[in-house]
Amino acid sequence: MAEERRFRSASGAPIALRRRQHSASCRELAVRGPRLQLRSLSAATSAVWLAAYGLFALSENSVVLSAAIFISLIGLIIYLHFIKIDQESLLVIGSLGIQVTSSYASGKESTTFIEMGRVKDVVINEAIHMQKVIYYLCILLQDPEDPQGVSEVVPLFQSSKPRLDCLIEVYKSCQEILEQRKTAPQSS
Amino acid sequence: MVLKVFFPSCCSSADSGILIGRWLSEQSSAVVLAVVHFPFIPVQVKQYLGDVQRVTKVSVSVLGSWSNSKQEKEEGLSEFLEDLGTIFSHEPWIQISKEGDSKFWSCSTLQKHSSSPKEEEVILVYYDQRKVMLSHLHPPLDTADGRAEDTSKLSAIFDTVARSRVLFMTDRYDEGPIKLTHWQSEGVEASIIVELLKQASVPACMLLTFLLSLVSGICRSRVLKFWPLSFLWSKLSTCEQLGHRLQHLQVISSNKKAQTQIQLMRKANIFVSLLIDVGLGILLMSWLYRKNRIGHLADTLIPVADHVAEELQDLLQWLMGAPAGLKMNRALDQVLGRFFLYHIHLWISYIHLMSPFIEMILWYVGLSACLGLTVALCILSDIIALLTFHIYCFYVYGARLYCLKIYGLSSLWRLFRGKKWNVLRQRVDSCSYDLDQLFIGTLLFTILLFLLPTTALYYLVFTLLRLLVVIVQGLIHLLVDLIDSLPLYSLILRLCRSYRLAAGVKFRVLEQQAGKPLRLLMQINPLSYGAVVQTYRLPTYSCYPKDSWASLCKKLFLGELIYPWKHKGEKQD
Repeated sequence: MAEERRFRSASGAPIALRRRQHSASCRELAVRGPRLQLRSLSAATSAVWLAAYGLFALSENSVVLSAAIFISLIGLIIYLHFIKIDQESLLVIGSLGIQVTSSYASGKESTTFIEMGRVKDVVINEAIHMQKVIYYLCILLQDPEDPQGVSEVVPLFQSSKPRLDCLIEVYKSCQEILEQRKTAPQSS
Repeated sequence: MVLKVFFPSCCSSADSGILIGRWLSEQSSAVVLAVVHFPFIPVQVKQYLGDVQRVTKVSVSVLGSWSNSKQEKEEGLSEFLEDLGTIFSHEPWIQISKEGDSKFWSCSTLQKHSSSPKEEEVILVYYDQRKVMLSHLHPPLDTADGRAEDTSKLSAIFDTVARSRVLFMTDRYDEGPIKLTHWQSEGVEASIIVELLKQASVPACMLLTFLLSLVSGICRSRVLKFWPLSFLWSKLSTCEQLGHRLQHLQVISSNKKAQTQIQLMRKANIFVSLLIDVGLGILLMSWLYRKNRIGHLADTLIPVADHVAEELQDLLQWLMGAPAGLKMNRALDQVLGRFFLYHIHLWISYIHLMSPFIEMILWYVGLSACLGLTVALCILSDIIALLTFHIYCFYVYGARLYCLKIYGLSSLWRLFRGKKWNVLRQRVDSCSYDLDQLFIGTLLFTILLFLLPTTALYYLVFTLLRLLVVIVQGLIHLLVDLIDSLPLYSLILRLCRSYRLAAGVKFRVLEQQAGKPLRLLMQINPLSYGAVVQTYRLPTYSCYPKDSWASLCKKLFLGELIYPWKHKGEKQD
């Protein structure tokens, strides 16, 4: 079953949170950011090409025009493939682990899977950035030597930066599954 | 705890039978390795599993039953399968059944000794057996046999499948009593080319080892250890590079098989790197020798050296005049300028003396480009060093002079203020000087101070020239290091067979149906290219300067000589 709700990101852009429950111990939470707008794309391309035309008028060298086309194509490909993140999702499978996926606008997906044995807890941290206080969700990883210590902090939803209300929903969903591993009896 | 069953996707269409694999009790996971079909004799199955366990050191056992009924569900079959659970006692006994072509299977467990009889949740994870068997998890853990329980869950699963290779050697055409289904059951894969290469590699390795022992014997002979020659060898970067490549060849041609995966990758990387290097070198050589380009190069070498000398002479004439409007001390200027001009004159005479032999030397030296592109680049760097030797000499003269002057000035400045450097205490102390000491000291201080601009200007000019040459040589060495250390085989493997280098796994949730177990697909998450280069980089012999920019500037200011490219094992001057 899937449900979708609208929220806002830290900078005010509209984002959508989609929750899917695949089974009693498996949940998927996906935060989708705003898509690439046609008007910003055409504005950037027109600006580059106008500048190229200006240079061409000054220098009478047609290499400037082909270079401008080349640059705008390469720049667009790099932006779509490496920079623009469309959707960030969190797949929590109780007793297996947590999987964090970022999908880029070009379709590329970069995934990290963290085993449940290494996960200590999922918490909401606050950070002070310039004049703002930002809340972010992160996974605390267990230190293998010290049972009480935290070896690493993995921040989630870095590019969509949801606000506290969205983070609380995600936090509650994750904690419900994480609690199962504490209450589950050990294998016989 | 939730029960996880790792099921190979190749067995999805197998006939009914029993599941064999490994049970990891601390994680409550069952890794299914194969399906044994009916008819079988239980005693033979147990014996076979015992044999496999002895060979692979993996505790393989019967995990449960698998029923693939193409028609309607048969009642008798389910009872038969439950009875099997009593013959092969395994806690818990897993029963997976598939009806017709349905994607949604039902999975149940039989627990005889469980304390709580509630229904356990089951997760069914499909995995590609061949890919998991061939893949290596990074960062590689040093697990000795049997310590797999301490490692993470995923590495235990990868370990299980990788070590059970012998189980996958029997296919359906074998005449044994056990009929298995696994990824290779349609026929064991093999490649004729690989087998031929394996056969040919043994005599090739022996021949290579023999040749290398000859070459290294010659290199180590006493003749080459005499002082001028050994000094020359240590200064030429070509000899370093050749020694490095010789070491690489020794690694490849050793008879011992590579024990760990890291050693195997290193051998393969060295081999591919050598191959590409020699290939590029031969390409370069063929380009150089076609249309006698090397003759043209030799012809232009002398005029270029002459041109450099002329430019230097012009520069010195400029310095001896009024450079940049600064007023120099006439006498010192003339002395230094004439000294350096004489040097250039000597250098040009030597070059002209060598000019008839240059073409022949260059022709033979160019032949050594077939040893590799790196060797050709090192030769280029050495030729540049030899041609700009006079710049190096001028830099050393200028630096020594400037250094002496600076130390003299600092010491006399202390005298001027009535202080002295205490060598014992390593600090500045006050001291009372005699009048004549003060008089001579102040006189010398004034002389040195007013001669400072001249010396400083010469030092500045020659240091800049030397730095230019050093930068050019440095870029060439950077390129050589890049070719030396780039792990090409690993990169090509990451490009073509990305599942072999795994950074982890990723799960994909497949279609679900209520009431059926959760279905996941486990795929291999390949290592990123940056991590591949970092893990499998080949070590090189040069270490980059450890001086920070601040200490470099300090050395330049004080006039200390800078040695930018120190090789490992060389003593600092």
